Amino acid sequence: MPKDSGIGASPKRREDIRFLSGTGNYTDDMNINGQAYVHFLRSDVAHGRIKSINLDAANAMPGVVKIFTGADFEGVGGIPCGWEVTDKHGQPMQEPAHPVLAQGKVRYVGDQIAAVVAESVEQARDAAEAIEVDIEELPAVVDMKAALEEGATKVHDDLTSNLCYDWGFVEENKPAVEAAFAEAAHVTTLELRNNRLIANPMEPRVAIGDFERASGNSTLFTTSQNPHVIRLLMGAFVLGIPEHKLRVVAPDVGGGFGTKIFHYAEEAFCTFAAKALNRAVKWTSTRSEAFISDAHGRDHVTTIQLALDADNNFTAVRTDTHANMGAYLSTFAPSVPTWLHGTLMAGNYKTPLIYVNVKAVFTNTVPVDAYRGAGRPEATYQLERVIDKAALELGVDPIALRRQNFITEFPYATPVAVEYDTGDYHGTMDALEKMVDLSGFEARRKESEARGKLRGFGVNCYIEACGIAPSNLVGQLGARAGLYESATVRVNATGGLVVMTGSHSHGQGHETAFPQVIAEMIGIDESMVEIEHGDTDKAPMGMGTYGSRSLAVGGSAMVRATEKIIAKTKKIAAHLLEAAEADIELKDGAFSVAGTDKSVAWGDVTLAAYVPHNYPLEDIEPGLEETAFYDPANFTYPSGAYACEVEVDPETGKVTIESFNAADDFGNIVNPMIVDGQVHGGIGQGIGQALLENASYDENGQLLSASYMDYAMPRASDVPFYGVDHSSQTPCTHNPLGVKGCGEAGAIGSPPAVVNAVVNALRSGGHDITHIDMPVSPQRVWQAMQG
Amino acid sequence: MYNFEFEKPSTTADAVAALADEDASALGGGQTLLPTMKQRLASPSKVVSLTGISEMQGVCMGDDGSVCIGGATTHAAVAAGASAYPALAALAGGIGDPAVRARGTVGGSLANNDPAACYPAGALGSGATIVTNAREIAADDYFQGMFTTALDEGEIITEVRFPVPEAANYQKFEQPASRFALVGVYVAKYADGVRVAVTGASEEGVHRWTAAEEALSANFSADAVPAAPGADGMIADLHGTAEYRAHLVAVLTKRAVAAAS
Ligand SMILES: Cc1cc2nc3c(=O)[nH]c(=O)nc-3n(C[C@H](O)[C@H](O)[C@H](O)COP(=O)(O)OP(=O)(O)OC[C@H]3O[C@@H](n4cnc5c(N)ncnc54)[C@H](O)[C@@H]3O)c2cc1C
Repeated sequence: MPKDSGIGASPKRREDIRFLSGTGNYTDDMNINGQAYVHFLRSDVAHGRIKSINLDAANAMPGVVKIFTGADFEGVGGIPCGWEVTDKHGQPMQEPAHPVLAQGKVRYVGDQIAAVVAESVEQARDAAEAIEVDIEELPAVVDMKAALEEGATKVHDDLTSNLCYDWGFVEENKPAVEAAFAEAAHVTTLELRNNRLIANPMEPRVAIGDFERASGNSTLFTTSQNPHVIRLLMGAFVLGIPEHKLRVVAPDVGGGFGTKIFHYAEEAFCTFAAKALNRAVKWTSTRSEAFISDAHGRDHVTTIQLALDADNNFTAVRTDTHANMGAYLSTFAPSVPTWLHGTLMAGNYKTPLIYVNVKAVFTNTVPVDAYRGAGRPEATYQLERVIDKAALELGVDPIALRRQNFITEFPYATPVAVEYDTGDYHGTMDALEKMVDLSGFEARRKESEARGKLRGFGVNCYIEACGIAPSNLVGQLGARAGLYESATVRVNATGGLVVMTGSHSHGQGHETAFPQVIAEMIGIDESMVEIEHGDTDKAPMGMGTYGSRSLAVGGSAMVRATEKIIAKTKKIAAHLLEAAEADIELKDGAFSVAGTDKSVAWGDVTLAAYVPHNYPLEDIEPGLEETAFYDPANFTYPSGAYACEVEVDPETGKVTIESFNAADDFGNIVNPMIVDGQVHGGIGQGIGQALLENASYDENGQLLSASYMDYAMPRASDVPFYGVDHSSQTPCTHNPLGVKGCGEAGAIGSPPAVVNAVVNALRSGGHDITHIDMPVSPQRVWQAMQG
Repeated sequence: MYNFEFEKPSTTADAVAALADEDASALGGGQTLLPTMKQRLASPSKVVSLTGISEMQGVCMGDDGSVCIGGATTHAAVAAGASAYPALAALAGGIGDPAVRARGTVGGSLANNDPAACYPAGALGSGATIVTNAREIAADDYFQGMFTTALDEGEIITEVRFPVPEAANYQKFEQPASRFALVGVYVAKYADGVRVAVTGASEEGVHRWTAAEEALSANFSADAVPAAPGADGMIADLHGTAEYRAHLVAVLTKRAVAAAS
């Protein structure tokens, strides 16, 4: 019998009532009395020197309150980068200044030149058109390899080159890796591109700055996955406002996929301008603006090599990656191609020697940062594609080759500095094989062929590191923040609870899943628990939601705080029942004395805490509220095996996904329905990356796919009904819930399976193809078939 | 969007009068014009909606057996109402998404003559007559290259007359992002010959593929479709090279013939 409440049950998402009925409260739904509106004048050239900005005509336009330019921000801090990577020579990365408004130069199409504050959005736009900007256009740096050539135009004049860092990992392993390649019985080499993506959350970014003159307090309402992080970054590094004078609120957030983690110039601008003008200032991104101002994702070009011995055991992996940073360093950008990518290059396999080289490069493009999976999809894609290619070259079954090399003993220390606590890779592969009906594949292929279509099957595994992350570890790796989480659990007199968590849902369903955990712990109904999040004035501190960390880290903090509550209520219950504390048991919302029929209800105990007439005042304080900070001991390591079956129309090159099956190991699962939904959405995004999405720049740095006319998002008809299985569960050993995180897995695990399947289909049609770059569009498939 | 005057007349004559102003623009379903205005790429001083003109609405049968569609008839209405010409109804039913079809109009589509739009292929492939407030224009004279037509300033498409063929079919290969036609081919077989109109492919906009028309007029079968046309003058962009588009023209023509016969 499936449970109907608590851990393991699938109650419907309570937040969906408001999301689906149009009653959510998103940032753009908020309006503050007397607010003005800002429109940003953005660069339409990729690289240029600003020779002059003439505001005379614009200032005279109706409704203009004030026009700001870079000159107004002299002496104000720049947008900080939250992660410092050290290169292979032990030197810190090159870190350019990142001004709120352009100072002297524009560096990408979309870079903000001026900000027009006016009484209405349309007036602000009208005035922006009247600004005369004289820009001397400079050659644009777009291609990463060309950017690193001698004499290439520099994106930042004050840096020595366009190289942000040249990272070697693990540098000491390099000679041993080289030796292993020299001795290998077989080496498979693959060059590939991990295509640049634009997150496109349904809700575009919005920021409202507000200022209260009486108190001198600033408030920023923003579409953020982590309001506390924004408060710290913006307050401390940009505007110089201490935390107690700055509140950051992110109400309902309509999707983020990473792109709403980062601190953006528009947020700092609105907060700054509100104070300068003594009135609220609101910015709402248009969809067109989002394409050129939201941080992009991925954009790696890699050569990966896999060495095997004569028995097809993996002996070494070596990679050489160019990672695009765009024009400036976004908040976590340097960590994505390094610590979130290099550390995953062991995958599910016991490859003993690995060396990863990453050159991060500045170009005249929108900054690139974390996007669902962040680094891990790039690692998975390389590894799972090169393994398939090796299987082809060696004429062995790709599943057998993977199984032969699986890690089977845990904990397992990889050669790339992480230790997997648990996993069962054969278990997830077994679960997958049960779902996919491999034995029927040949018949399905024949049936497709009879219709003139090519059918292909592709499989891949993935491992990811999430639940980020131990603060002391990430500190050593260059993070300029800790990655714990906090929770305050407030129990009211009549027994209901409010959890103020530093995690912040941007669609994941925390309001439903978190109460399930507490309901289970106390034995009360979920409806007695409410989640508060997204407001720095409520939760004590929060590192926010990304890296599939909310339940593993934020949920663990909530468990710890609830444990403190339970400990205290047991004391109160012992007093009320005149029994020893050690004999008190909490079950089904009542405290009882072991071995007796004496009991007291949860609500009577909580009432006693607030009406402490009969209460152990000498031992404990009245009231019932506890806070916990939880810092994880390790990453969590979800893993899985995915399979995709495609049909290719050889006449047009069009790929149709016939089936997609996913077997994941997420450890313990709190709400299976929400987990299914996360996997579905992730696979949808992965299929989007594999088949459709591509942010494409021309050689002048113009974004060609700058609207939905050219940027292809996956739609319902592009994806199949998914098969999802999470029966293989090896609980995480180091967090109290044994959970691993499921938010990114789908996006990490799905692209290689799709491409593997397409290659398999084309080969069945006699085409000698070993690789096609993503997105595997009809045009590319057709081109590949032409030889 | 810039400010503009708005009028919604109820007769064609009033609409023509309202459009006499310089910089006035007709508004059909607004599926092209409004996004362009929102992006400030168009700034008509006056917008004259044609959707309140009842004489420009609806699908009916002409005395000569042609299907007549009012210039302000939506794609959804054509999809549902042009059962006398199933290939055309299917074309209309395949445009955009339900929201677009509920607003977009045949007149707007033909006036705009987007090189990747579907209706131009249907009209040219059917040898339709474009009826305006001033005259009747044969489709062969109407389409004059990408976004260019025979319409004069302020001229309104009031009706489009489609002769009903013996067999017809439209094959649209979708551009992955916009889902307009990356290439679309409309094939219609009439007593006096076969017409093949191609959209999405050429830098000249919608055009007839005469080599295919000749071959198919002699032998209306997929096997008769000639080899792909040359890639010269074909559109090349993010979604397809000129060669790919030329290749698709032949593939889709074959499929249209197979589906029509
Ligand atoms: C998301 C989306 C997807 C789409 N997909 C497709 C597709 O797959 N295939 C396709 O063919 N089209 C597609 N379209 C275009 C759409 O179908 C409309 O047909 C097209 O936008 C124009 O029609 P409209 O009635 O909206 O014209 P409007 O936008 O109102 O007007 C367009 C132009 O035509 C003029 N005009 C309008 N009506 C008349 C008239 N009766 N006489 C003279 N001039 C007139 C206007 O002045 C304006 O210049 C899509 C549009 C969108 C937004």
